[in-house]
Amino acid sequence: MSEAEIINLIVLTFKSAVPLIFAALGELVVEKSGVLNLGVEGMMLIGAVAGFIGAVTTGSIFVGMLMAMAAAVLVSLIFAVLTLSLLANQVATGLALTIFGIGLSAFIGKPFLGNTIEGLQPWAIPLLSDIPILGPLLFNHDPMLYLAVAAFFGVSWFLYRSRGGLILRSIGESHEAAHALGYPVIRIRYLAVMFGAAMGGLGGAYLSLVLTPQWQEDMTAQRGWIALALVVFATWRPSRVMIGAWLFGALTIVNFYAQSQGVSFSSHLLATLPYFATIIVLVLISWDAAKIRLHAPAALGKPFHASD
Amino acid sequence: MSSENSQAQLELRHITKQYPGVLANDDISLKVEAGGVHALLGENGAGKSTLVKIIYGVVKPDTGEILWDGKPVQILNPSHARRLGIGMVFQHFNLFDTLTIAENISLGMDNPGDLKTLATRVTEVSEHYGLPIDPRRHVHALSVGERQRVEIVRCLLQDPKLLIMDEPTSVLTPQEVDKLFETLRRLGEEGVSILYISHKLEEIRALCDDATVLRGGKVVATCDPREETSKSLAEMMIGSEIPVMQREASGDLGPPVLEVKGLSVKSDDPFGTSLKDIDLTVRGGEIIGIAGVGGNGQKELLQAISGETPVRDRAAVSIDGQACGRSGPTARRGLGLAFVPEERLGRGAVPEMTLAENTLLTGYQSGMVSRGLIRFGHKRQRATEIRRDFDVRSAGIDSEARSLSGGNLQKFIVGREMGLSPKLLILAYPTWGVDVGAATAIHQAVMDMSRQGVGIVIVSEDLDELFEICDRMAVIAEGRLSPVRNNGETSVEELGLWMSGEFDDEPSGAGAETSHAH
Repeated sequence: MSEAEIINLIVLTFKSAVPLIFAALGELVVEKSGVLNLGVEGMMLIGAVAGFIGAVTTGSIFVGMLMAMAAAVLVSLIFAVLTLSLLANQVATGLALTIFGIGLSAFIGKPFLGNTIEGLQPWAIPLLSDIPILGPLLFNHDPMLYLAVAAFFGVSWFLYRSRGGLILRSIGESHEAAHALGYPVIRIRYLAVMFGAAMGGLGGAYLSLVLTPQWQEDMTAQRGWIALALVVFATWRPSRVMIGAWLFGALTIVNFYAQSQGVSFSSHLLATLPYFATIIVLVLISWDAAKIRLHAPAALGKPFHASD
Repeated sequence: MSSENSQAQLELRHITKQYPGVLANDDISLKVEAGGVHALLGENGAGKSTLVKIIYGVVKPDTGEILWDGKPVQILNPSHARRLGIGMVFQHFNLFDTLTIAENISLGMDNPGDLKTLATRVTEVSEHYGLPIDPRRHVHALSVGERQRVEIVRCLLQDPKLLIMDEPTSVLTPQEVDKLFETLRRLGEEGVSILYISHKLEEIRALCDDATVLRGGKVVATCDPREETSKSLAEMMIGSEIPVMQREASGDLGPPVLEVKGLSVKSDDPFGTSLKDIDLTVRGGEIIGIAGVGGNGQKELLQAISGETPVRDRAAVSIDGQACGRSGPTARRGLGLAFVPEERLGRGAVPEMTLAENTLLTGYQSGMVSRGLIRFGHKRQRATEIRRDFDVRSAGIDSEARSLSGGNLQKFIVGREMGLSPKLLILAYPTWGVDVGAATAIHQAVMDMSRQGVGIVIVSEDLDELFEICDRMAVIAEGRLSPVRNNGETSVEELGLWMSGEFDDEPSGAGAETSHAH
């Protein structure tokens, strides 16, 4: 394997991790506020189709990204109204959101099947991208990839360094106590759900605007579920979400590479490797029950209704 | 105390609050002097908590007037109350287990500033008032007493002029109570008024300058508690003579009905307490009390005895001579165990089920089910008997368990378990939240039952209760059980010291335990 080939594989790893990073970080914030939204897959698909339609009709990838976020936020509001205001069961409503997203995206994407756009191009950072090896590895990516990394720092800072993050975590820990202290539990959960949806939408849009710049039905290929699993197995810690996303990306790419090299091993079994290995690794590094309890939102999935 | 010209810090005039079906506060007036400690005394349901919620802005009164610093105010919400200078330490703490003390305190303040500065101020204030806490620690690792300190320090950081304390000592050891009183007196000297809510009469006499006694939503008396006796205060509070329990000496003890040997359990809950090498023998005909501050392994011990968490070692728990460490609750109940758990709704009773259905839950082995079918007549009859014998106030036996007040539900659960004619009865916090009259009735029933040869274990945080009815007592602290002492051979001070974990692992010395120890 040549040096250029290895660099290319690593770059592909980074890229294939981006949808997971967006979606999982978004869901992490939602779950930290105590809401379990299982509709990530649906929101990603809505984001993917809306982003693609936006980019095709306006010719601007940037407008596509905005539309992806807006559309995902809109469908997530259905979930939010049902679960937060009307106290519907979060698990069932989240599943319904996914099914709804699959159907709706297929429906509105029909006329755009077969359209192509020029995907988002890498943006070489001046000077830094000229460094040998490190340059192409780290400083020659598309802007959305940089945005994903920035989102990691942003979310970590928000959750653990800002007062807003402290309030959000307190609500996920005990909504009764937070309510008693005078925090608007429901309003903050609405905002968290909307943020999670915007991130999920961006993750979906990365698929249709960058990775494979076109629209196909079900093009997320269950990445929404992987993002959900990542959050849990990463025990609600942003840094571990990143480790998990990259690990998953790397194994996906290794799998493609092995197949292109004609490795004679069941391709179906090989395809399970990323799912399997990512979960094993995250479980192993998060073994300590006390640490899990320290990071897991205790009120996750519990409905909240202010009594007086 | 309250002379005409001195201006009160807080004055309530003719406060009335009506809830559907209940007149919670009926024309209540009271005055809290600046720098004074004012007691609000009353049984559960007397209207204390509603009144406090009105002062703290959680609930709005229907009529009446609140004067703060002599000026009429409308207290809009808790945040407004805090801005006025009213701080409140709730009975149920509003703390977050997974956050640090500094983070918790910051969440309860309107302008906390940055966490580092806040942490420094927390340390300063906590040391100044003799309430040492380390702001970097996580709340889950704190004892109940330390959690209360966090709540108090949180209030003090906002320089309150009035501090409301809702039943603050129910979770403290006697030594911690003394320290708390020092802090409160110190606050009084610095001009902070305190509204002290309690039903513990000795404490009120030791601490307060003024008292307002509530009963059934009305003010029935105002007095200077230092000039009253506990008996006279109690009579004002319950409106009649205090019922007295007839204590009988324990007769001949039967064979052991519960033997716990070398019981060690690692808690599943990472924030729980693990049990360490617990030995305990309970014989038929005696009442054993287990004291201790909440969260020291009571829950784990109760679950290991009831069978909710079976243990590896079969011989670690024996009921009526049968080793049953690995058996579940049903098998243990079959051996003669009856059990009143700590949590009434959810463990003791199913909230959405009626009282009659809840009777069936533990009684199905005693004639309420025949050939797999429920005998409805039996079930209803049993429920009706419990309701009558234990004076359970509910609309009927078809009321849902959750519609009952805590005290009434407790009476029902105790009655249900006693009705199973057990050989061993385990009671967790039997009179918590139950009014004085009903508590005496429960104590009397427990006493009578033990004298008929039933072995009884009571886990409680209320030392007065344990001294009143137990034959022998021990303390659980940090998952270890202290030596067992005969009632009369120990003191509040000794048990209080043990509650902080200071006892040697001497073999349980006193009483019937000796024959078994070696």
